[in-house]
Amino acid sequence: MTSLGARPSLDAVSDPAVGLLAVDEAPNPWFDPSYVTDNWDSILTYTGEHVRLTVLAVVIGAVIALPLALLARRSRYLSAPVLGLSTIVYTIPSLALFALLVPFTGLSSNTVLIGLVAYSLVILVRNFLAGLQGVPADVREAARGMGLSAAQTFWRVDLPLALPAFMAGLRIATVSTVALTTVGVLVGHGGLGQLITGGFAANFYRAEIVTGAVGCVLLALLADVLLAGAERALTPWARAVRS
Amino acid sequence: MNDFSRAITYLNDPFNWSRPNGIADLALEHIGISAVAVLAAMVVALPIGVALGTARRGAGLVVVLSNVSRAVPTLALLTLFAVSPIGFGNRATTIALAVFAIPPILTNTFVGFRGVDAEVREAARGMGMSRAQVLGRVELPLALPLVTTGIRTAAVQVVATAGLAALVGGGGLGRLINLGFGQQDYGVMIAGAILVAGLALLTELVLATLSWAVTPGPRRLPFLQVRTTPKAAAVPEPTASGVPL
Repeated sequence: MTSLGARPSLDAVSDPAVGLLAVDEAPNPWFDPSYVTDNWDSILTYTGEHVRLTVLAVVIGAVIALPLALLARRSRYLSAPVLGLSTIVYTIPSLALFALLVPFTGLSSNTVLIGLVAYSLVILVRNFLAGLQGVPADVREAARGMGLSAAQTFWRVDLPLALPAFMAGLRIATVSTVALTTVGVLVGHGGLGQLITGGFAANFYRAEIVTGAVGCVLLALLADVLLAGAERALTPWARAVRS
Repeated sequence: MNDFSRAITYLNDPFNWSRPNGIADLALEHIGISAVAVLAAMVVALPIGVALGTARRGAGLVVVLSNVSRAVPTLALLTLFAVSPIGFGNRATTIALAVFAIPPILTNTFVGFRGVDAEVREAARGMGMSRAQVLGRVELPLALPLVTTGIRTAAVQVVATAGLAALVGGGGLGRLINLGFGQQDYGVMIAGAILVAGLALLTELVLATLSWAVTPGPRRLPFLQVRTTPKAAAVPEPTASGVPL
């Protein structure tokens, strides 16, 4: 690991004919705190865009996914197309999806957002549906027998029982959306991904690349911890069982 | 729509396929990188998954590994390997993709082998099977659907992600997307997108058919299953639903 501080350079002594640029000999450390402090403003801007895209994508995805999952639960003839379509959507690579959206939405962050919504939607529909199908049928029957309406059954029976699966889906969707947002660099709206490709374009500037990569991972971990905390707070009954 | 018709025109020109560095070359490069990455990941992940799964140990490790791998952007790892002493090019791409292919294969192999009923294993032992026979003739057939699902998930993910390598100087079909975008030639870009998406879908289809063919017992199409069994906190989910990348 000792050689990692400097960029691998051509051996100038053995082959003087190969031109050696000054930039090749300049130190190129993996970690450089001064990069972070010097560029704090742009790092914050990119982080802000990253968070905005992630939150919007997951929220919009959840809003669309819930009715779809409720509909798909009704019968196998509805769940099969929903699941089949979702398989097809998440098989499409994000880079290709963003590229296909460019002619419609241009180089705006909407291009990235639409793509991210599609993927979070796919993850959420599957998890929401799994959660809803996990609600025991006799519990729902008992709820109907007690005279609960469809809406009441959903709010007071389905939702509490399926909440752990819902939250698990939200956590997976959020964490993978944080990672996926970086692909938005294709259209210049990749959040922290901009630092990754920006550093690559700036003569393989490692400090910038590592800042972007570490920032993404930290963001994903933070989101996961926050959602895990929200899950704990929302399901007080589960805590008693676990401890 | 004009861009789409230009993409179709581009795809319909045989010269664009056959010329050096044309679609055929790039597709072969794409498939080659992906195949090596998936095979490398299988070599690493399958033995570990079988060992941990049959020993019923290391659930926490597998969960952590698959969660962490989800948080790390593929683009970040591709870029980091490209600027490391490995140097950018297909070798760095292959290593980065193999790293991302390990968690789905490992998780599903682990879950598959761990899920084999203890009584079934006991019965097999009681019939006089050796440890190797139990592994090969009892546990493997029972775990196979999940194992093939893991490999399929990993392969589709690798084929899909290999396109990203073009953003950091790698090869493969992603290059068309990057090139078309860079030249503001959206026709080429969309042609590249169609090809990458088509290749990923084709991989899914071929491997799904393959796993369906090798799976013993009652056969079901792998797409249309939702796992409904409630899961305990520390039990890793098989990544049947995968994560798009």
